[in-house]
Amino acid sequence: MAKAEAVIPQLMDKYHAQVLKEWMEKVSVAGKAAGAPAENLTDLGTRFFAALRQGIGSGEFEDITGLVWAPTREVLAELSRSNAVRGSTPAQTAMFVFSLKSPLFNLLGREIKDADRLAREVWTATLLLDKLGLYTVEIFQKNREEVITRQQEEMLELSTPVVKLWDGILALPLIGTLDSARTQVVMENLLQNIVSSGAEIAIIDITGVPTVDTLVAQHLLKTVSAARLMGADCIISGIRPQIAQTIVHLGVELDVMTKATMADAFALALRRTGKTVADRAMAKAEKKQPTAPAEE
Amino acid sequence: MEQIPILKIGDTLLVSIQVDMHDRLALALQDDLTAKIVETRARGVMIDISALEIVDSFIGRMLNNIAAMSRILDAVTVVVGMRPAVAITLVELGLSLTGVKTALNVDKGLALIRQLIDGEEGPLDRRDE
Amino acid sequence: MIVETSETMPVTTSEDVVRVRQKVRAQAVALGFSLVDQTKIVTAASEIARNTLVHGGGGKMDVDTLKQGGRVGLRLVFCDHGPGIADVSRAMVDGFSTAGGLGLGLSGAKRLSNEFEVNSTPGQGTTVTLIRWK
Repeated sequence: MAKAEAVIPQLMDKYHAQVLKEWMEKVSVAGKAAGAPAENLTDLGTRFFAALRQGIGSGEFEDITGLVWAPTREVLAELSRSNAVRGSTPAQTAMFVFSLKSPLFNLLGREIKDADRLAREVWTATLLLDKLGLYTVEIFQKNREEVITRQQEEMLELSTPVVKLWDGILALPLIGTLDSARTQVVMENLLQNIVSSGAEIAIIDITGVPTVDTLVAQHLLKTVSAARLMGADCIISGIRPQIAQTIVHLGVELDVMTKATMADAFALALRRTGKTVADRAMAKAEKKQPTAPAEE
Repeated sequence: MEQIPILKIGDTLLVSIQVDMHDRLALALQDDLTAKIVETRARGVMIDISALEIVDSFIGRMLNNIAAMSRILDAVTVVVGMRPAVAITLVELGLSLTGVKTALNVDKGLALIRQLIDGEEGPLDRRDE
Repeated sequence: MIVETSETMPVTTSEDVVRVRQKVRAQAVALGFSLVDQTKIVTAASEIARNTLVHGGGGKMDVDTLKQGGRVGLRLVFCDHGPGIADVSRAMVDGFSTAGGLGLGLSGAKRLSNEFEVNSTPGQGTTVTLIRWK
């Protein structure tokens, strides 16, 4: 049944102070054990209870997604969020709601004499509190996931740094398994670095990548195309025989410069940016005796 | 109607697109630029798109058209300042800028134009070393 | 799926196409899309808006913010009462162009979207729906 026969709301109106007191005692004991700040819990408790009474007053005990239960959901969401960040367990968060059952049922037991009636009211109340308790768990999990995702992103940024090898030459050494999402983030980061450093050549080294599937190969090629559109170019280095085979078998067309090692790629990049590496001793000798034949 | 200003630096025309252009404005730019190339006998055209957050197929076609017409008028076209997000989107869109050379910024763009006009191949020559 | 907000804009002048781009950008930013994803959906919107104007004789766009099981999305619905597209699949082939215009519009916009649908009846008009999820 959707609406109780208006008994719970009336009883709550009459005895709310006592129920609140009993419940807060339970909450603060549990809270102390979990290390939660006391004033915070009291504040949340009072607000939750007020919102709960509002919700109960409407007579709607089944659907907690509606407008009348919004204030209650807000308080519970706040509690879940701070618990998730603090690292409490979902059970601890849910107990905040479930511990209300005991004082509430005590009240019902005292005031309702008819056994059938009592059973029905208890059932209605339990359904409601279960739903609210589960709601806190859902929010809790969602928040934990957001924390984890954010941490993953931060780790991602740390684990794929773009380094400057020389003026106008960047290198991106990729390590580990590349999945589609990671590759996209990494590539966007590389392009941004190309703009901010004004580098015309970027070396993407995949020596540390065990496998490259079609999707990742496509992302790499799209990045190279994007870099070219911007006015830079890329060299992919570290292509091992197995990867080369995979790429050929997958039928992906590679219209990009490739080199077996980063060293080869760096040498190529230097040539293309008009630089050369000279042996200092020889260069000095050249200076002193400019007519001496150049030694290869 | 508003016009996009075209500056002249030596034998190069410089256009900096600062606004989100509606189609008529883009077409007007195409016409203005072509007329100016003839009028000034410019050998280079540099289009700075660093302020553009979007390059769709219409703008892409405009750039291609400008490059094609410039070439016929014996001028080279270099587009500079394309943003990474724009480049990534263009690749996904499948739009290729044929006949349009690109450079990372205005300085490099001018250097590239210099090289192209003076007959040397640019640094991003794709032939094997 | 819930439609959280919905707005309609006219697409009857080339200035409208600019406004469409600005509106879609603002909505994408509000929903927290990454910069690249913003760029993709605004570019797709620009393509289809132009089609609506140039080939459809003008029409309108609905911008809807969607919520489905925890994820949020942006849906754009372009509607015109123009000549319609006789062969949609052919129009979706890259580079196919009638009257020197369509070219990459439809196929390109599809590649930039997560979900894409074209409904067209020759003589009655065309509706293009595209969705980008965050």
